[in-house]
Amino acid sequence: MSGPARIPGGARATIAFTFDGVAMRARPGDTLAAALLANGVGLVARSFKYHRPRGVMTAGVEEPNALVTIGTGGRTEPNTRSTDVFVYDGLVARSQNRWPSLKVDAGAVLGLAAPVFAAGFYYKTFFGPPKRWMRYEHFIRRAAGLGPAPVAADPDPYEHRAAFCDALVVGSGPTGLAAAKAAAAAGDRVLLVEQDADLGGTLLSDGGDVASIEVARAAIAAAGGRILTRTTASGLWDHGFVTLSERVAEPGQPGALAQRLWQVRAKRIVLATGAIERPLTFAGNDRPGVMLARAVRTYIARFGVLPGKRVVIATNNDDAYRTADAVAAAGGEVVAILDSRAELSAVATVAKTRFPVFTNAVPVSTQARATGLTAVEADIWTERFTYAADCLAVSGGFTPVVHLHSQGGGKLDWRADIQAYVPGATLQDIVTVGSAAGEVEAISPDTVALAHPKSSFIDFQNDVTAADVDLAYAEGYRSVEHLKRYTTLGMGTDQGKTSNMAALGRLAGAAGVSIPAAGLTTFRPPYTPLTLGALAGPDGGGHAAPSRRLALGDCHDALAPIWQPLGLWHRPRAYSQGGESLHAAALREARAVRTAAGIIDVSTLAKFIVSGPDAAALLEIVCATRVAKLAVGRGRYTVMLREDGMVMDDGTVWRLGETRYLLTSSTGGADRMEAHLGYARHVVASNLRVSVVAVQEAFAGIALAGPDAAAILERLTGAAAPAHMGVADAMVAGVPVLILAASYSGERAFELYPVGDAAVPVWDALIAAGAMPYGIEALEFLRIEKGHIVGGGEVDGRTTPHDLRLERMLQKGGGFVGASALDRPALAASDRLQLVGLTSPQPIPEGAMLVAAGGAPVEGHVTAGGLRVLGEGGVALALLRGGRARNGDTLLATSPTRGLEARVTVTDPVFYDPEGARYRG
Amino acid sequence: MLSIDCPHCGPRAQSEFAYDRTLDAIVPLAMPPAEAMRALYTRANPRGWSDELWHHRFGCRAWLVVRRHTVTHAIESVIGYAP
Ligand SMILES: [Zn+2]
Repeated sequence: MSGPARIPGGARATIAFTFDGVAMRARPGDTLAAALLANGVGLVARSFKYHRPRGVMTAGVEEPNALVTIGTGGRTEPNTRSTDVFVYDGLVARSQNRWPSLKVDAGAVLGLAAPVFAAGFYYKTFFGPPKRWMRYEHFIRRAAGLGPAPVAADPDPYEHRAAFCDALVVGSGPTGLAAAKAAAAAGDRVLLVEQDADLGGTLLSDGGDVASIEVARAAIAAAGGRILTRTTASGLWDHGFVTLSERVAEPGQPGALAQRLWQVRAKRIVLATGAIERPLTFAGNDRPGVMLARAVRTYIARFGVLPGKRVVIATNNDDAYRTADAVAAAGGEVVAILDSRAELSAVATVAKTRFPVFTNAVPVSTQARATGLTAVEADIWTERFTYAADCLAVSGGFTPVVHLHSQGGGKLDWRADIQAYVPGATLQDIVTVGSAAGEVEAISPDTVALAHPKSSFIDFQNDVTAADVDLAYAEGYRSVEHLKRYTTLGMGTDQGKTSNMAALGRLAGAAGVSIPAAGLTTFRPPYTPLTLGALAGPDGGGHAAPSRRLALGDCHDALAPIWQPLGLWHRPRAYSQGGESLHAAALREARAVRTAAGIIDVSTLAKFIVSGPDAAALLEIVCATRVAKLAVGRGRYTVMLREDGMVMDDGTVWRLGETRYLLTSSTGGADRMEAHLGYARHVVASNLRVSVVAVQEAFAGIALAGPDAAAILERLTGAAAPAHMGVADAMVAGVPVLILAASYSGERAFELYPVGDAAVPVWDALIAAGAMPYGIEALEFLRIEKGHIVGGGEVDGRTTPHDLRLERMLQKGGGFVGASALDRPALAASDRLQLVGLTSPQPIPEGAMLVAAGGAPVEGHVTAGGLRVLGEGGVALALLRGGRARNGDTLLATSPTRGLEARVTVTDPVFYDPEGARYRG
Repeated sequence: MLSIDCPHCGPRAQSEFAYDRTLDAIVPLAMPPAEAMRALYTRANPRGWSDELWHHRFGCRAWLVVRRHTVTHAIESVIGYAP
């Protein structure tokens, strides 16, 4: 029996799991990869493009090959590295990208994919004739892929947490432990983070000062610090800000909490992130049984699994010799050590007394059967040898993990002796220690030409071969960033952790330049893949944003309205009755306002109390209209501009007392208006004696409108209704209300403002008095007929007061925000988009383009369209090129994507009671 | 995420603050139109130290001047805005 197997002795395998439906057992502490090897499973996955058989290559998060789908239903986690899952009772794992089965895969048997997916395949296909893509699409969608995403909702919760520390130590290998212990001894609050389930890093596989683990643990606890295992520092940002993802439950494992995303602010950061071993490049270097040398001894020492009985070791450095010792001690046979270096090193000289060690020796190809690796072919000096072997342990040197250092803005320095980049100068208080800082074995890179570049893999996960890199270079892709995009190299879930340096080396070789001259791709967060649930945290399942509830929410709920989200608010859109459509309900409500009386909840309007001796002066800076001449107890319509002269918002301003004003503006612009007022108050005119208080949520607002409105109000208050644009204080249903006589609908109307908590009786009293509730859809019908503008419609950030026919309202002397910008010549151009009205015998589609005839250039668009509330036909507001001079023109309003159109006539934008007789009462 | 040391509240996360503009883009009401448009549209955009107006919107609500390096994101000083 050959292949991987458990080393006799040790703990009993008590944990039950399945792989592709086959029941297996694991020991406590096993990773899934270790458990699969212990069960003799060499073939774990099929590769992304070519469906080549793949096995476990590494013992860490860098694993490119042995990706599996873990879990079932909503807990399904595809593309999970089997080396980064700790087996639990009931774990369900499945292989991916195979059909009909892992062992017999049609794609691989037929060799279908290989000729298709050469480097640049996508580019050439997309830029070629369209029919080429049509020909390949179906095939690609079947052949290339990883595990499918789950469709069921994830049942387990995720959470976010913030933390602070003096010293964040990432990595708990020997140097990380030493750094954590030293920081704790200095009195620092330490946060020690380890992505593995156990502390220790290489101590777990290579031994050493194992006692230091407990010493550090005690020191950190004594200094009030914290240790997080199964936690990956996934991103390092500005000012010591680090995001950590903590696996509370294993992938696919039910739990009270699945994962926790930490946001940490650290005063000082120590990166002890270690180094990742690199594979060697030769034909068939991707076969199951070819493993990294350090991974081989990790499986032996930590998990009690011998990855093969007959092991060949291929290396360009001294580190792999420790693997030979481990294999021999575990009862395996070291068939040969192929050392690519020309001379025996001191370590190799000692090893040669126990093992067959060869210099100038490199693997050139492998042979395999379905059961696994059978032989390794090697060139020693100039001769070819074949070794029967079931495992090939390779070491191409070590790449320091510099990701976090680089993400934090740190520079990288090239080290020729280890053929890798190491951390250089940093911008932040970050220090990198141990093998991450380059304390790794020196290597001697081999310079032998590859015999079979087309089957010599560089990026295992993306099936990029040495020949693909050569082809990309030959086709002109000189920069490593271009190479990456052309070949997809480094774009897998492993982000090229094992492949980037080999690719750089190959590219530099083709170009005849040094590796630093060939460049380096950017290290981007996250370091390892994050599940979307971790990012969403508690905001999943409809909790992405808070919901702001109206003070009158219960009143609306009782009428079961159709709701309309508006920012974080939800407002009644229409109060549909007896299965009425939205449109029918809104039209009924609007007609009630035109013929009797209606009420609408306007609580969400932005409201600001502006008071103090210079209150009027501040308002005349923010508002483009005059304010100072307003009499006490009177209000007026106003408009606010941005500094570039475009209309920002509109609203009303009311003089409640000698030096006390109320400013209202739109719901959607409330936050922006608050910031704008703050800017005006504290930056533009900081000398003014004035205070601004936002009271949007302090008061509920109910607008009462219609020909019966004044009578209803007088009945409820027992006092005469204020004149149009007048102010009154009154009691309604025992509740004090501020009454503002403003009309948006065009009918006689009053806005009633009670304190939010006390608003319900006011609403109820108005309904009892005969007012019909109406929603914002009806309000839209009403305002269109009156030509009132709205933010997001006519106020689209590109319209000036002149474009909107508001120029006569402007303060004559300027002095308000935006005034100086209005003199720009382009704003006086005659072909600007200007507000017009449109009429038609038919409904006018909102959003439609305005054209002279089908196919003619677009001259404008319909900003809001509806039907006349009383009477026949459609009316709309529009922005039309040079519109103010085009009354009487006929145009086509067309929306081809919806198949809607109407012949329209250009008019003034007021369709109802242009003299204003109705709202004055 | 930046850490901004508010003179009133102490160091707080960037998410509590709103960036407004660089100081050279503040347009006084009396500024002549041509100059005002230059301030709004053709700003210095320095590669290096930049004086910026920030608003501690979800904190003390003060308007602050943050001197920030646009390449390294280092913050040299945070003081209250004074015209
Ligand atoms: Zn503050």
